[in-house]
Amino acid sequence: MSEPPISRGFKGRKRQDVQAGRVPPGQHLTSDFPVLSAGPTPEPKLASWSFALQEAGSLLGKWNWDEFGALPQTEVTVDIHCVTTWSKLDTHWRGVTIDALLEAAGLDEPPSAYAMLHCDGGYTTNVPVEDLIEGKAMVATHYEGQPLTPEHGGPARLLVPHLYFWKSAKWVRRLRFIDSDEPGFWESLGYHLYGDPWREQRYAGD
Amino acid sequence: MPETDGVAGGSGRLRWLTAQVVQLIEETPRAKSLVLDIPGWSGHRAGQHLDVRLTAEDGYQAQRSYSIASAPEDRHVMLTVDRIEEGEVSPYLTSDVRVGDRFELRGPIGGYFVWTAAAGGPLLLVAGGSGIAPLMAMLRHRASAKINVPAVLLYSSRTFEDIIYREELDRLAANGDGLRIVHTLTRGHPQGWSGQTRRIDRDMLASVGIAAGDRPRTFICGPTPLVELTARSLLELGHQPDLIKTERFGPTGSS
Repeated sequence: MSEPPISRGFKGRKRQDVQAGRVPPGQHLTSDFPVLSAGPTPEPKLASWSFALQEAGSLLGKWNWDEFGALPQTEVTVDIHCVTTWSKLDTHWRGVTIDALLEAAGLDEPPSAYAMLHCDGGYTTNVPVEDLIEGKAMVATHYEGQPLTPEHGGPARLLVPHLYFWKSAKWVRRLRFIDSDEPGFWESLGYHLYGDPWREQRYAGD
Repeated sequence: MPETDGVAGGSGRLRWLTAQVVQLIEETPRAKSLVLDIPGWSGHRAGQHLDVRLTAEDGYQAQRSYSIASAPEDRHVMLTVDRIEEGEVSPYLTSDVRVGDRFELRGPIGGYFVWTAAAGGPLLLVAGGSGIAPLMAMLRHRASAKINVPAVLLYSSRTFEDIIYREELDRLAANGDGLRIVHTLTRGHPQGWSGQTRRIDRDMLASVGIAAGDRPRTFICGPTPLVELTARSLLELGHQPDLIKTERFGPTGSS
């Protein structure tokens, strides 16, 4: 690959050396929390809310809001990376890990290798199951000690912080186990099927 | 499920291309348009964006996304950049870049916030500040391709001087091809101003927008509070959620 052209006079911010190992290539740090979504924010209705695990046509487990809140809760502090190039360090979340959901559903191990997440508003995203288990992902209901606000995905969103943040689907309602990987919403529109920020997998073919 | 009309850049990898600045336009005291010649550019659809990558002499790189403001029919690609004082990239693009300078970009990106002739109308566009850029691409496309579906643009700016593309918008509205433009100014207005003078709200959308029964294809772009309030108001007015597409930016989303 040829050398990129120098942008005459461009210096950029002072390098954030301390954090260098925590900011993936092409990303920059932000202290606020930008909102990105493709359509209107759904109204949260806790009374009719539920979260389900599903495989093919069968229901593996389903929890209403109160039942979900009674499942073992996990707190994590993680860095998040949005494909639009912002990263945010040390974000604090609480929720139920996918491991805890599998256990609550009485499953010793996940039934398949891939998953599709389904959300209010019709959004979907695909994630390999190995990226969801062993503490790597949760269904989060709290951010910085507060209930997750609707524009940030409340009442509950997926949190899979080691992938670009579009994978951490807002307003998540259902995790469907599938046998082979298929593209979700943004993945059908040119975004990368997997989305590893450290390999800068932003778009198809990256 | 909303339509999924195609992949950003086809099946291959989105390659970095080198763009050259052929013209700079002072749109407002804060916003500047960069008109770019991009050898190898594959074309775009109205509403898509691209990623810009700047490289400093020591190799440091910074990337940001910008909406494309030009129509697919236009000879050059236009980006309109709002200067964010504390930003890293926008001060460079709005103050330091000169005609003839080169930088990298790749795209087009995003196949959802897109309007084409096939999507039809009527077309309801709601913009705040520099959120006008992708909607301007749609209006320019509508005019260039003579897609004369009824269209309304409701555009919120701080002051009269902050209205981006003001004269071109006046000309487009004067074409008599079914486009109506309503400006609202939120921080003061000149004497004799006949437009709206407050933040966009449900009453304004009800009185100057397009009725839910006409099923407008709706695109909203601007700061998050404007987008959230507009989308929520339209739902309250009976609009279908799957006809409403949003694009948002915060302080960093457009820096």
